[in-house]
Amino acid sequence: MIDLRNVTKTYDNGAKAVKGISLHIEDGEFVFLVGPSGSGKSTLIKLLTAELLPTTGMVLVNNFNTGKIKRSQIPYMRRTLGVIFQDFRLIEKKNVFDNVAFAMRVIGASEKEIKSRVPYVLELVGLENKSHRLPEELSGGEQQRVAIARALINNPQMIIADEPTGNLDPARSLEIMMLLERINALGTTMMVVTHEKALVNRFSKRVIAIDDGLVISDGMDGYYNYETE
Amino acid sequence: MKRNNFGYYIREGNKGIFVHGFMSFAAICAIIACLLIMGSFVLITLNLNNIISDLERESEILVYIDDNLSEAEAKSVGSNINMITNVQQAVFVSRDEALQDYIGQQDDPTLFDGVDATTLRDRYRVTLLDIGQTKDTVTKIEAISGVAKVSAHYEISNGFMTMQSILNVASTAIIAILMIVSLFIISNTVKLALYDRREEIAIMRMVGATNRFIRGPFLIEGFTLGIVGAAIAFFAEWGVYSLITVRIQAVDTMKLLNLLPFMDIWAPMAAGFAAVGFVVGVIGSALSIRKFLRV
Repeated sequence: MIDLRNVTKTYDNGAKAVKGISLHIEDGEFVFLVGPSGSGKSTLIKLLTAELLPTTGMVLVNNFNTGKIKRSQIPYMRRTLGVIFQDFRLIEKKNVFDNVAFAMRVIGASEKEIKSRVPYVLELVGLENKSHRLPEELSGGEQQRVAIARALINNPQMIIADEPTGNLDPARSLEIMMLLERINALGTTMMVVTHEKALVNRFSKRVIAIDDGLVISDGMDGYYNYETE
Repeated sequence: MKRNNFGYYIREGNKGIFVHGFMSFAAICAIIACLLIMGSFVLITLNLNNIISDLERESEILVYIDDNLSEAEAKSVGSNINMITNVQQAVFVSRDEALQDYIGQQDDPTLFDGVDATTLRDRYRVTLLDIGQTKDTVTKIEAISGVAKVSAHYEISNGFMTMQSILNVASTAIIAILMIVSLFIISNTVKLALYDRREEIAIMRMVGATNRFIRGPFLIEGFTLGIVGAAIAFFAEWGVYSLITVRIQAVDTMKLLNLLPFMDIWAPMAAGFAAVGFVVGVIGSALSIRKFLRV
């Protein structure tokens, strides 16, 4: 569950990236976050992952108030989130299995747990036969599936996907979105940040549009009615 | 989900050493050079202290008693000498004993047949606790009633004391500078490893790795570099020192110098080297990783 109340973020150089956003996302929801470049989307994601702290207002992520929790608690807050990036951010030297297992290892999972959970998640994203491949041996869509598997592996309450289809062709983009929708159907809250109007409009989901650091529309009609450029 | 991460730290930390082989080699060389110089200064200081201790044990000042005092009166002066804080021991030597000692040291004692002991004075052989305070002690002894003259050769001891003071200051300064240099090199080695793995670290942070988990392998890397450097430096120091002491003892004029055998001091030296290696390695790593762990 995400709850933002009158959140502002002003950078040290005086730039106001977020100017007073309030929004609420319930557990299990699927939400598209749209907006042009420089609208404040990236800052908003960083506020949700506690890479940045709000200047004013409250950011509540899965019951963690990021403005008030101790620094030592931030890793535990992040374990309730899975983050997917446009550029996949896979470790080139590790194969598919190890890239996914890595996310379990860093939070102290046992090898037994890793060996049991990783194949299950790789099967969920359709990569069960490619677990020994290196990232460079995979297509863009497959690499993004590895990133999704890594985001899913620790069973987060919510996944934040930052332009997950930005580097993919339309067919692969659709596959990835359908995969994210399937994961959402299993109970994981999903926030997808995207520019792709056609893709958003194929799904009947909630769409939050932001511009100039403010929410300018928030609709359940599943229609991307905001002109980005 | 809990497990012992120590194996992971060691595996990843040691991998880092080989991935940046050249920088690791440079870091180990820097630590060796630093510790060799540091260790040499420590050994010189220890030996100098040892020589000064020998001097303190062996050097004595002679306190001559007034001719007009009887032997019994002369003996009573000893209690006043012994009351001076820096006096370790004051041994009474009568005129007769002094004469016999003197004759005994001559090549042809028969030349002194018939010499009367009254030509000499009763005296005390006084050993001191701290030869650095010889001058003050002599002044105090001279002030005692019944003391005619005090003979002390404190130029040598003063020379050693001055050299010891200079060495102490110089070695402290050099040790501090070398430690900073080593810290800098280790810190840069680890920084390179961190830079190489910045994406990995970003991912680790994003999936919820604690700072301790992220820091672990880099601390192990710094620790290993520090300890390996310290171990090599220790054995090199041992070898070089043993060689030098053998050479010094082989020279006739240097035989009087009582140099410490390395076996007598290896344990504190090893502990010192290990401590410096540990501190330089671990602190150097910790300094580098700090900025990568800022939220």
